[in-house]
Amino acid sequence: MSGGLHELSAKQALAGLRAGKISSVELTRAYLERIEQHNPRLNAYLYVAAESALQAAAAADKQYAKARRSKGGKLPALLGLPIAVKDVLAVAGMPATCGSRILENFVPSYTATSVQRLLDAGVVVLGKTNTDEFAMGSSTENSAYGVTLNPWDETRVPGGSSGGSAAAVAGRLAPVALGTDTGGSVRQPAAFCGLTGLKTTYGRVSRYGLVAFGSSLDTVGVLARDAADAGLILKVMGGYDPQDATTVEKTPKLEKPSGKSLKGLRIGVPKEYFIEGLSAEVENGVREGIRQLEVLGAKAVPVSLPHTEYALPVYYIIAPAEASANLARFDGVRYGLRVAQDDLIEMFKRSRGAGFGPEVKRRIMIGSYALSAGYYDAYYGQAQKVRALIRRDFDNVFKKVDLIAAPSAPSTAFRIGAHGNDPLEMYLEDVFTLPANLAGVPGLCVCAGFDGQGLPIGLQMLGPHFADERLLAVAAAYQKVTDWHKQAPAL
Amino acid sequence: MRLTKEDVEHIALLARLHLSEEEKERYGEQLSNILEHVGKLQELDTADVPAMASIVVERSRLRPDEPAAAMPRADLLANAPDASDEQFKVPPVLDGGP
Repeated sequence: MSGGLHELSAKQALAGLRAGKISSVELTRAYLERIEQHNPRLNAYLYVAAESALQAAAAADKQYAKARRSKGGKLPALLGLPIAVKDVLAVAGMPATCGSRILENFVPSYTATSVQRLLDAGVVVLGKTNTDEFAMGSSTENSAYGVTLNPWDETRVPGGSSGGSAAAVAGRLAPVALGTDTGGSVRQPAAFCGLTGLKTTYGRVSRYGLVAFGSSLDTVGVLARDAADAGLILKVMGGYDPQDATTVEKTPKLEKPSGKSLKGLRIGVPKEYFIEGLSAEVENGVREGIRQLEVLGAKAVPVSLPHTEYALPVYYIIAPAEASANLARFDGVRYGLRVAQDDLIEMFKRSRGAGFGPEVKRRIMIGSYALSAGYYDAYYGQAQKVRALIRRDFDNVFKKVDLIAAPSAPSTAFRIGAHGNDPLEMYLEDVFTLPANLAGVPGLCVCAGFDGQGLPIGLQMLGPHFADERLLAVAAAYQKVTDWHKQAPAL
Repeated sequence: MRLTKEDVEHIALLARLHLSEEEKERYGEQLSNILEHVGKLQELDTADVPAMASIVVERSRLRPDEPAAAMPRADLLANAPDASDEQFKVPPVLDGGP
């Protein structure tokens, strides 16, 4: 094959593996070389599993060879495909730091269901990728292990919190990567890095083995070069898991476009997503993307999600409230950092004070306050009610349209340090992605062009519950007639 | 509403977080700004809106209560900051401990 093996998409690589044109060891080695060369600078991976990856690749090659000799036998769907995994998902025997000092030496003895299903399908785990601490952030600047650089412009952030996964895929340090999305943490980095990012429907993919942040919001997703690759991963990792009671036993099958034509597809364009603060270049890119969907036969109509402006305040009560409860487990007793003290309470306080970074402390305190006696109804109770209104907005709109198209983020990738001093300013980065998490609906980001500085622009599509495959099908149709997703940064 | 230093100390105790004096001041300021922003929710009349406790569309079913293998004790203790006699070790919980 011409060019480097790292230039192949996941789908192309699998075709090459099946046809015996390439080996998994060659492919894995090509990525490990890219990682060795560029990761010291980009900081996309926090942990590289070179040895176990090459072992798994060699085993995959043996399986291919055996199947070829016996001329048959069904091979696992993703046999020999390397992937990267965000460091908030447990992979047995590999560190899971969650980007936090408090878990610096934590090595889980079990594997997340999402990852296990991929392993059962034959993937090769290259390593664990950088993230904002406990997935709280929009830039990876909140990682205790340093910021990840955006491969398109190394003075800029890759987005977050799944910024390590996004930089790894964009920089061709992995063909595809797992991310998680609690408020936009797959879609916004996908936008900043020119990728296809899928935030799955709440309940579609098991969170067993995902270190919990906001349990009513957390979803596992994919960062990929195109919709076809994202679809390959979703197909394997989705579905019911007895270990996660929120997963549904039978995934509803929704109508989706087939092939190139989007004829009959109704797209809602919500006016609340085209507001002051949205950069003109992003708006132009997104509107051009929607026009392209119309060229393919879709019909765009204006819609309204009237409670959109309340999504940010609702989110910054509910997510910290849930986080304050979930992160109570980090107490220096069973795992993680302990600052030894004679008094038990003092040990808790010192361990947590030393182990958590500033953003995590802020959110734990907001959450503790919002849930505390005397304030619960005013904050958490009210937020839950407004969340119901936001959910209702989506339900109403999806009676009229098949999907929603909007920007993924207000701007393209910002400079490292740009939002250094004001947490609220950083929170505003997520204003277009938070509502989907509050409603539990799926979202997908595709690259829809580049701004004047050569930075990718993300087009976000949202669908009703369990429309994940519909979003992928629309994105695939879009990617058949555009080539934005084929652009790669020069490293 | 602005949080006082006493408010911040109370929240930090609830959250079991040790904060330096500098952190108390900084977080007091930042938390006050964030709470002011989320105060926007009070604009909405939600008297008739039921609170949303879960976004799960279908009723989730509990898995059958069947015994299964637990994680190996040695694996779990391997991550413990302090352990002895196959147990996690912590400072005395009750007064008059050793």
